[in-house]
Formats: sequence, structure tokens, C-alpha cells
Amino acid sequence: MNPAHPATRSHLVVVGGGMVAHRLVDALLQRQGADASWQVTVLAEEPRAPYDRMALTSYFSGRDPDDLQLGDPALWSDPRVTLHRGDPVTAIDRVATTVSTASGREHSYDALVLATGSSAFVPPVDGRDLPGCFVYRTIDDVAALRAYVEELRDRPVARGRRGGETALAGAVVGGGLLGLEAAGALRALGVDSHVVEFAPRLMPLQVDEGGGEGLRRLVQKLGVHVHTSTATARLHAGPDGRVRRMDFADGGRLDVRVVVFAAGVRPRDELARACGLPVGERGGVVVDDTCRTEDPKVWAVGEVACIGGRTLGLVAPGYSMAEVVADRLLGGTATFPGADLSTKLKLLGVDVASFGDAAGETAGALPVVYADPVAGVYKKLVLSDDARTLLGGLLVGDASAYAALRPLLGRPLGGDPAAWLLPEGVAGGPSGDLPDDAAVCSCNNVSAGTVRGAVRGAVAAGGGCDLAAVKAGTKAGTSCGSCLPLVKKLMTAELVSAGVGVSRALCEHFDISRAELFEVARVTGVRTFSELVARHGRGRGCDICKPVVASVLASLGAGHVLDGEQATLQDTNDHVLANIQKDGTYSVVPRIPGGEVTPAGLIAIGAVAVEFGLYTKITGAQRIDLLGARLEQLPEIWRRLVDAGFESGHAYGKAVRTVKSCVGSTWCRYGVQDSVGLAVALELRYRGLRAPHKLKLGVSGCARECAEARSKDVGVIATDKGWNVYVGGNGGFSPRHARLLAEDLDTDTLVRTIDRFLIYYVRTADRLQRTAAWLEEIEGGLEHVRAVVLADSLGIAGDLDAAMEAHVAGYADEWRDALEDPVKLRRFTTFVNAPGTPDPDLVPPARHVGETTVRHDGGDPDGAVLHTRVALEVVPR
Amino acid sequence: MTPTTDHAVVSWVPVCRYDDLEVERGVAALVEGTQVAVFRLADGTVRAVDHHDPFSGANVIARGIVGSRGDVPTVASPMYKHVFDLRTGACLDDPSTALRVYPVRVSGGVVAVRAAAGTG
Ligand code: SRM
Ligand SMILES: Cc1cc2nc3c(=O)[nH]c(=O)nc-3n(C[C@H](O)[C@H](O)[C@H](O)COP(=O)(O)OP(=O)(O)OC[C@H]3O[C@@H](n4cnc5c(N)ncnc54)[C@H](O)[C@@H]3O)c2cc1C
Ligand code: SF4
Ligand code: FES
Repeated sequence: MNPAHPATRSHLVVVGGGMVAHRLVDALLQRQGADASWQVTVLAEEPRAPYDRMALTSYFSGRDPDDLQLGDPALWSDPRVTLHRGDPVTAIDRVATTVSTASGREHSYDALVLATGSSAFVPPVDGRDLPGCFVYRTIDDVAALRAYVEELRDRPVARGRRGGETALAGAVVGGGLLGLEAAGALRALGVDSHVVEFAPRLMPLQVDEGGGEGLRRLVQKLGVHVHTSTATARLHAGPDGRVRRMDFADGGRLDVRVVVFAAGVRPRDELARACGLPVGERGGVVVDDTCRTEDPKVWAVGEVACIGGRTLGLVAPGYSMAEVVADRLLGGTATFPGADLSTKLKLLGVDVASFGDAAGETAGALPVVYADPVAGVYKKLVLSDDARTLLGGLLVGDASAYAALRPLLGRPLGGDPAAWLLPEGVAGGPSGDLPDDAAVCSCNNVSAGTVRGAVRGAVAAGGGCDLAAVKAGTKAGTSCGSCLPLVKKLMTAELVSAGVGVSRALCEHFDISRAELFEVARVTGVRTFSELVARHGRGRGCDICKPVVASVLASLGAGHVLDGEQATLQDTNDHVLANIQKDGTYSVVPRIPGGEVTPAGLIAIGAVAVEFGLYTKITGAQRIDLLGARLEQLPEIWRRLVDAGFESGHAYGKAVRTVKSCVGSTWCRYGVQDSVGLAVALELRYRGLRAPHKLKLGVSGCARECAEARSKDVGVIATDKGWNVYVGGNGGFSPRHARLLAEDLDTDTLVRTIDRFLIYYVRTADRLQRTAAWLEEIEGGLEHVRAVVLADSLGIAGDLDAAMEAHVAGYADEWRDALEDPVKLRRFTTFVNAPGTPDPDLVPPARHVGETTVRHDGGDPDGAVLHTRVALEVVPR
Repeated sequence: MTPTTDHAVVSWVPVCRYDDLEVERGVAALVEGTQVAVFRLADGTVRAVDHHDPFSGANVIARGIVGSRGDVPTVASPMYKHVFDLRTGACLDDPSTALRVYPVRVSGGVVAVRAAAGTG
């Protein structure tokens, strides 16, 4: 850890280990290179390395705090950097040029940077210190809030006086950016959340009246109660001494069990005040446009800095300040370029973006507004008095145009502004003719020219160029990510104009993309890997192209996935029709269409688990996983399941997985259509369909959406008149909500629409590209796909329909087929020379719950046949 | 060199018939207590390496996808997709790790493997 030549280096001390401190250290190290002139010590109050505070809310969705860590953790093991965690600075001695910390350590500095950020502002309300009151700033705040709510939930008394009917209620004080984040977090914890805002609208700082109204509708639609023009007067404790009631200034009141203050922030300038550095009128350490305080050795960056007379509560200007100081410390002449206060947020799943002069304060500014109060969309562009130059904008409910609009700030918009505002109106975007100096990534201050330069550089160096390389090389897109679609467009355009084209090669064996390979196989009729690779590729293939070819062949109806040479192309999951687990055993997931299962079916599954000693778990997709099956046990397990009326659930394949459903109109008092019936019908229709990635569907019986259909690749939601169909949703790593494809369809039209959508996706998507990414990528986006499936714009609808009919007609259960074929069955031995012997190294993991003592005797096998299979078999049309 | 002694101590263990091996799909065999993955390649040669995957700790290498990288015949572990050279056992994605390779002999239509790991 000792620097090589400590004596020759100057010592930089950074107070605070937040987002901007991280950027400063990272930038300084990168800029100074190997011949380092600065040794850096970071003194952090929080007990962890800098993390992504903007993503704090994702900690509620179960993320590990470590996932929030910023940048490459190797930064903190660099010999030029020392990070002290959990040791706040308590005083600065500017005469001795030292700082001292709570643990009693003293550090002397040649330069000192204050990066202490802000703290949450708690308004002086009576009762604000009661147990149950929280702020929302650090991982520890969030962890404490979560623990408190979970503890309340587990105590029966918390469920309210009337027998557990009342949900736990909570209030957030403040309806700004942070307040809405906090309300979303509370809601995610199962709390019935209320937002209390003093101003007459939500996000008063960012949005205008119209935008606030759109936002209110969207937020209320999500089940969050909104109280605007409401002041919190005091909080009362319950008999247990914890917060129980909130009183408003107008006499209203709310029973609450938890309160979060998110009413703004205050710069943490206490150290600066104590050592006599000037602070701004509303706080913040006063700095000049080089981020230096009046003491030439002391700098301030990020939220604590008061620059140009104000503090800035966003990360992008903080990052600019960090870059300025890094440059100055190395003798540069950078100055703060001024703050770009553009923001794009996803609050509770609602898009909000504001940029430039969103309020229209420029003299003569002309606002152009589009509002759809029903959909909760409000968009406004602010133009110069000649209606040509873009001055700013505000997008609520649909911010898809943000990435393309923001770089046009201060430039002619070109064309009719309305085109930018209408839904889906910006499919193409203007990236091609964006001037080089237009800022593309505002978080990291990267211009279009810089992105183009990076692409050209990579091409000139002879190497390939992909988005990851551009991100690493320019930092564009590495913070909030909202500029990524634009960065990618610029990159693609540059590659094309450099004559390189974007490499769509699947792998070293094929120069063509999956979609092209699909077309080649479809048109030429070639149905073996050996022939495809000999004619259109090279080598013997690999774990990338072989499964792709296997999937293409399966989609083209080339027979059972284990027929002939196809078997050698399959990843182990498809090869043994089960999912590999970490110890080399497999899991077995029988199909349970729509989640509907008979008691006899449950008993049959239980009996199989008992017989083979399998671990059982309800999956996240409404079915049952039987885990720990050894290779040689699989056929016998299937035999029992098939006899009981079950079939393969394709949990192992890049294929249609499940159609999730809610109970629907059969039982639910709100259901307007039979969601289970439709889900079962759809699952039986599409079962076994292989695709570039897995496909999930969902059907909800009414707009309450208990089946979470909008988080599926295809989601269907019942209406009074029929079905609405949404496409392109998923959970997983980057969750997306599905977007509306068509409304109020009758069942036949719905099925035909989904048929076409699925086949078009199967044919044209890239390897491992789910529908959301495909819709983003495909020329023309959702609008184009809608035209293809609803209006037959490409004249291929008949072909798509025929392909789906062929699939439905050709479907056969893969387990049953394997059981009937001795050649296929031979694969299910662990050792070729000792067929009965299991892998001796296997040790089954322990269960988390004890075995129940209730035992069933297996039941009547005939009774175990699923009711749904009989009643709702789909007849091909 | 004492080849005779060698043969006396570690013998050739027959594992299966050559015709039982699918082209470019492995099988696992128990060879004097060691789990060995045996592969028949497209050019007809047979290769044997450890069945144990050093990255996941599971015995699964025989279930990987066989292919090539450049001119090197390869198998990709089905667990975390590390690719190994079937001739030398070297991991092409992490040169610090390798599978052991085992001598293979095909005679009279029978594939035999010698348990003592060789250098290929
Ligand atoms: C078993 C199950 C977890 C559970 O116990 O609940 C599961 C298990 C696995 N999931 Fe999952 N996922 C399971 C439901 C889900 C869900 C929930 C759902 O479907 O409603 C999701 C989020 C919804 C979604 O897909 O959009 C989910 C999102 C993922 C993802 C992320 C996909 C993405 O687009 O980002 C992966 C990774 C991938 O596919 O590349 C994944 C991958 C996996 C793999 C295949 C990882 C692997 O390669 O080993 C796991 C297979 C284990 C096995 O043998 O079954 N699993 N996985 C669930 C099986 C459901 C079923 O009945 O078939
Ligand atoms: C939930 C949430 C969501 C947000 N979302 C967005 C967004 O979408 N877009 C956006 O632009 N911004 C967003 N922000 C704001 C953004 O996180 C901040 O602008 C940014 O973190 C400021 O960085 P900073 O380094 O100045 O301060 P911080 O990240 O707050 O770091 C300051 C650090 O200094 C430490 N510290 C303070 N005093 C001392 C001391 N005496 N000694 C040692 N250490 C000390 C603190 O403990 C803290 O760790 C969000 C903030 C929150 C809380
Ligand atoms: S892939 Fe799914 S099942 Fe496996 S660990 Fe991750 S979340 Fe759990
Ligand atoms: S604009 Fe935030 S990462 Fe580019």
C-alpha cells in the first residue's frame, strides 16, 4: 500500500466518499497516469465504498448493497489511493493544513476537497423524532426503513383493528423527486402510501401545472394517494410510543405507521463554516468557477458546493465539478461549464424528463403542448419566439423522445414540433445530422463528436467497435444510461459511414446474424448444422452458434430437438430436457397451463417428489420445480408425470415458458373476462415454440392486473369490450413494462395478433434478444411491428399465420417422445460404463423448512389428469 | 523409461464401443474411480479429459458443447461456459486452469482409457 516515492508526491485529502468524490478520484487517476503526482486519501463517513445513490431505491427490490457500488472496485486497491470508511472528518485546521477525524486520526494535506454532499432536510414538525420517522439518503437509511416496515408487518397488531383488513399506511412528506422515489419504495414494501406535498402540484421544481396534473393521475393510478396543497402540522405517537397519526394544517388527519421525510436537502457545509470558509445565502461552500474556495488549497465539489450563487442537487453538475478539479490539480485550466439541469427519471415506473428552459421563462418563448389526460401523458416543448429553436421541454408519462431532443437544445428543431410530441412520433430520431458539439451524454458531458471520434479511432486501430467499447472509451452512458439509445445510434451511423458496418457476426464460425441465418435456413431448406456451417460458415461451431442453429431448426419444424445431429447442438438443458443446477443435477418443471392445477395433479407431483427424493419449490411463474434429479432419474420421473397427465414445461428451453394468469371472472368479483381460460388456451397453443430467447405471457382478468401481464413479452388485459394486448415487457435484469399494441380485440383477433407477433419475433430477433430489446432495435420500432401484424404492411401475414398453424399442428410433448425412443433414452446415464451408478460426489443441499408430517398415498392416477387439458384444448383454426 | 511397469500399474480400461459414441457429444466414464469425459470428434479421433469442471466443482464436462476455436477442438463447460482445448486440457478462457487429459486407445471397435493422466 505504500506509494513508491511518497516524498515526491503531493497529498490530496477528499472529505466525503460519495458519488462525486468517486468521480474525482477516478478522473484524477486516469488523467495523471502512471507517473502519479498525487497521493489520495478519501475520508468517508459511511461504512462503505462510494455507491450509486441514484439507484438507492433498487435496494428495495432485494439488491445487495454491493450491487450499487460505483465503478471498478479495483480503484480502492490502487496504491495511490487510500479509503478510510466509517471515519467522518470532524475539523479542518487551515493554518496547519490538517484535518482530524472522529477516530482521532490526523491527515495533513497539500490540497483538500470537500465532497460532503447534502443531508435530508427535516421540516420542524412536532413529533418528527418519533420512532417510525425516517429520511431517505443513504443505504443505511433505506435498510432501517425496510427493517422497520418488515417488523411492523410481522406483528399482528400492525394489521389494524378490524381483523387484518387494513393495509399498513405510510406517508411521505414531500412530493418532489425524492418524495416520489420514497413513496414507490414504501409501496414496494407493501405499504399503502400517501404523498403529502405543500405546493399545489407534484414535483413543483421540475414540472408545470399541466405536467403536475398528468403526473398526479399516473401516480394515483399506481395506487399512491396524493395530497397537494397540504401542510403537515404535527405527528402523534400511539400507545407504543411510535408514530401513529399525522395532522394537517387544514384540520385533516391520516393514520400512519411510518413517515419518510423527503422535503429537500441541505448542503453539509458544517466543516467549512467551522473553519471560517464563506458559505452561500442558502448554504453551500462558496466556490469560483474552478471550484476553489477563497482558500487556494481548499476546493468543494458536488452538492455541497455553492457555485454561481447556488447549490445543485443533481449528479451531472457534480461530475463536471469533479472533472474540473482533477484537471486543475494537474495544472490544467478547466472551468465549470455551467449546469445542465436536464433530468430524466423513472419514478414509480412513470417517465418524467425535463430539460433546458422547461418552464418557458425566456422572453417570447412559445410553448407547444400535447396532453392526453386519460393516458396521463403531458409533453411540452419550449421554442424561441420564431418557433424554430428548441429552448427546453418537459415530458411526463412518455419520455421516449428525451434522448433525441436534449442534444438539440439551443438548435433549430427542424420540421414540425408536433411530430416530436405525438405518441411514437420520433421513431427515427435525428441522430444522423446532430452537430459534433451537441451534448449527447449530460451526466458525463460527452458530445456527439467525442462519440464519433471514439468510433473512428477504434475502426482506425483495426479493432472492432461495440457499445461497451464506446462506453468505456468516452464514459457516455455510464451513469443514468438515458443517453444510451442515442449513443448507439451515433455509433451505428458512424460505423456504416466508415464502411465498416456493424458486425452482426454470430461468432467466429458465422459472419451472419441469427436473423439472416434463419432466413438462409428457411429459404434454402438446409436442415443440418454440418451443411449450414460448411456452406455459410467455418470450423466446427461452438456453444454460441450451435444452440442458435438448434433453435432455428426447431422453429422451422425440423422434428424433435434430439433427432439425429440436432442433439449434438443442444446446450445441456435442451439436451436432457431439464435445467442443469450448480451441482450437475437437473430440475424438472411440468407444464401447469395458466397456473391452474387440480388437487389430484398436486398430489401426483408430490408423489413423484417423495419417490425420487426431490426438493420441491413453487417457482416465480406459477408452477412447481422438482429439483435435484440425477441424469439417470429423469426418464422415470417423466414417466410418472406423463402418466399423471403432465408434460414438459420447457423451463429448459429458449421457448415459450408460461402464460401466467389471475383467477379472473370465474371467481374474482372484479373480473370482466375469463383470464384463466384464455391463459390456458394460449399456453396450449404456443407451448413448445422455440425462440431467440425465452417468451413469457400473462393474462389479467381486469385492469387491476394481478397477473402482472405488463411485465411479460406478451400481456393481455381484459376490458369490458374484449382484450387489450401489450408487448415487449419483461422482469429480470432490466425490467420493462410492455407497451400497448392493440385495444379491445375479440378473442379470435387477439390470438391472430399474438400469432403474428410471435412468429415475426422468432424470425427477426437476435440471439438472446428478448422482445423488449428487439422492439427497440428493429427499424421503426413498435409502430412498424404494429403495422406488420395488424395491417400486414409487409404482405407476410399469411406466411406468419401459416407458420404458427404449422407449429400448433406439429406440437408433441418432448418428454413423451423421448420416453418412446430407446436411442434418445440411452443419453440418460451418468456413466457410459456403469449405467446404474450415480455421480458419487453428489450431496443434496438441505431444505429450509422441515418436512410436513402429512403424507398422501398417491391418489388415483386417472383423477390426476388436469381438468384444463380436457376442457380447454385449443383447436387449430 | 519403464513402459512395462507403467502398464502393469495403470491399465487400459475399456469404456464403450466406438460406435456408441455420438459425433461431437461426450459421455462420462468411471475409470478406476476417476470421472473421465470421452469425446468423439468430427474427424474420428477420440479425446478424454477430466469430467470434473474446475470452475463450478461439478462433474459435467462430458455434457458440454463440442466445437472449435480456430483450429483447436474444444468443449465448453455446460455450467459457466469455460472453453477447454480437448487436446491439451488447457482452459482457453483462463490459462491458469487446465483439465487433465487421459490417453485413449481404440482397438477392435472398443474405446479404452488409461486412468493415469498423461500430457496428451
Ligand atoms: C426456477 C425459477 C426460480 C424460482 O424458483 O422461482 C427460475 C430459475 C432460473 N432462471 Fe429465472 N427462474 C424462474 C422465474 C423467473 C422469473 C419470474 C417469472 O417468470 O414470472 C423471471 C423474471 C421475469 C422475466 O423473465 O422477464 C426470471 C428471470 C430470469 C432471467 C432474466 C431474463 C431477462 O430478460 O433479463 C434469467 C437469465 C436469462 O434468461 O438469460 C433467468 C434464468 C434462470 C435460470 C435458467 C438460470 C440458470 O441458467 O440456471 C434458472 C434455472 C433454474 C432451474 O433449473 O429451474 N431467469 N426467472 C423460476 C422458474 C419459473 C418457471 O416455472 O418456469
Ligand atoms: C434516492 C435518491 C435518488 C436520486 N436520484 C437522482 C437522479 O435520478 N438524478 C440525479 O442527477 N441525482 C439524483 N440524486 C441526487 C444525487 O444522488 C446526488 O446529487 C449525488 O449523490 C451528489 O453527490 P455528492 O458526492 O455531492 O454527495 P453524496 O453522494 O451525498 O456524498 C457525500 C458523502 O459525504 C459524506 N460526508 C458528509 N460529511 C462528511 C464528513 N464530515 N466526513 C466524511 N464524510 C462525510 C456523506 O456521508 C456522504 O457519503 C438522487 C439522490 C437520492 C438520495
Ligand atoms: S437465476 Fe433466478 S433462480 Fe437462479 S439464483 Fe438467480 S434469481 Fe435465483
Ligand atoms: S446522460 Fe446519463 S449516462 Fe449519459
